[in-house]
Amino acid sequence: MSDLSDLYQQAVLDHNRTPRNFRRLPDPDGTAEGYNPLCGDLINVDVKMDGDVIREIGFEGGGCAISKASASMMTEVVKGMTRDEAREFFDSFRTAVTEGIDFFEAIDKLGKLAALTGVSEFPARVKCAVLAWHTLRAALDGNKATVTTE
Amino acid sequence: MAGPAKIEVPEGLGKPLDERSVQKLREDFPILKQLVHGKPLVYLDNAATSQKPRQVIDAIADYYESYNSNVHRGLHALSEQATQAYEGARGIVRSFLNADEDREIIFVKGTTEGINLVASSYGRAHLQQGDEIIISEMEHHSNIVPWQILCEEKGAVLKVVPFNDDGELLLDEYERMLGPRTKLVSMTYISNALGTVNPVKSIIEIAHERGVPVLIDGAQAVPHRPVDVQDLDCDFFVFSSHKVFGPTGMGILYGKAEILDSMPPYQGGGDMIRSVTFEKTTYNDLPYKFEAGTPNVAGAIGLGSALEYVSRIGMNNIEEYEKSLLSYATEAVSSIEGVRIIGTASQKAGVLSFLLDQVHAHDVGTVLDTEGVAIRTGHHCAQPVMKHYGIAATARASLAFYNTRADIDALVKGLDKVIEVFTL
Repeated sequence: MSDLSDLYQQAVLDHNRTPRNFRRLPDPDGTAEGYNPLCGDLINVDVKMDGDVIREIGFEGGGCAISKASASMMTEVVKGMTRDEAREFFDSFRTAVTEGIDFFEAIDKLGKLAALTGVSEFPARVKCAVLAWHTLRAALDGNKATVTTE
Repeated sequence: MAGPAKIEVPEGLGKPLDERSVQKLREDFPILKQLVHGKPLVYLDNAATSQKPRQVIDAIADYYESYNSNVHRGLHALSEQATQAYEGARGIVRSFLNADEDREIIFVKGTTEGINLVASSYGRAHLQQGDEIIISEMEHHSNIVPWQILCEEKGAVLKVVPFNDDGELLLDEYERMLGPRTKLVSMTYISNALGTVNPVKSIIEIAHERGVPVLIDGAQAVPHRPVDVQDLDCDFFVFSSHKVFGPTGMGILYGKAEILDSMPPYQGGGDMIRSVTFEKTTYNDLPYKFEAGTPNVAGAIGLGSALEYVSRIGMNNIEEYEKSLLSYATEAVSSIEGVRIIGTASQKAGVLSFLLDQVHAHDVGTVLDTEGVAIRTGHHCAQPVMKHYGIAATARASLAFYNTRADIDALVKGLDKVIEVFTL
């Protein structure tokens, strides 16, 4: 296992303490609920679309620092992306947190989300990092059922 | 063969435990000697599963190395020896629980299977539409879901005794719930999420006044205190081997002989029959009626060895020692700023559940792990308990007799580190 500070980077702690876009959206075009049965954490993601582009996004709930920071950073980076771009970004992010990634490559590919790639050294916490993303994908797909990390 | 085994207490043991004698006992547990992330392992996840002493590991290895064989079958020497050890373990369990007869001890996979056996066999035979089963709000999922399945099948009603914010059952509510349709009460002895020790003797007495049988989930009780099923007068008692320093995949269902006798078999197969023809099969006597198939022989032998081990120390000594350790831990952890203890009943054992202000339990667990401190974080398979407090998860430190004040000090130091990481 690597150092604790790889997991809890300053950016992660900051987003945990003051999460961005931490609110429900009125009249969302897409909404979904995500659930991590391992810890009982629940998260809601709402999106407002402009055609195929994510115009506004908000989230509420979440739990641990990793899931909250991931959700908060997610809302910042996906704003302005098309559905496909957001899905592709999620795929890269998921690969990075499950398989690990060179930090500089991560910064290049994932921007601020690179701060979360230390999770790959803590396998028990990967689900925390991807919960919000699974939920976003469901919101974009118009999937009504609660998505889980299992 | 199946005569009641006697647990010998060698001289010098069976005395009250103190830090020094516990240090000596720790040497019996090979796993406790290791480093985790470069730090000495501090194992405080005993309510999830306990560690195994060398004696138990050796007993299991000896079975596989020297006399592995199927039981109740062959006439050959190994089968004879395996059968004797397997039935000897039953005798040890009987003696440990102070049950009346060996045949009242049924070997099962664990607490979960024990409860499912009763729900399936006793429940199916005795429950009618509109009947009621009473459990409590602090049950582990394994003492909720089997009853829900049964109630759904039978059109019966599951009633739940609530607890107060300290984590103590509301016995008045319980008394009011018991009615003419109540067919069974199933309650935990000690809550795995809160540590509450329930007044099970009164709970049983109150039910019996109305002729209602009672099942006690003893999974969290057996590692921490003496249990006497005849004194409790419970009708069923279940526990798991792995929580009391024995192997996984093994557990005990105790039932009063006359009730077990009246119950239909749970599973069909070998060992549980007397004779089989396609026209009619007759079932075996207790306990074999409920032990279909080749049993977990090594598991039974390991459990027997574990119960002998703790009996040599003395369950009353373990109870006293842990009481003092839990109050030390409670005081130490409570004194950390931002800590809220979940479960503050006047009678507690083994478990310290808590929240740390602004820090999620999972983050607490991850940071502690890097310090070598193993605790459990989450809902502890007791989601209704979490709902009671409006929380998703707690951090839970849980004790065994091999824990010391140094372990608690390491926990406190680890929590200081958590606060350091999360406070800029």
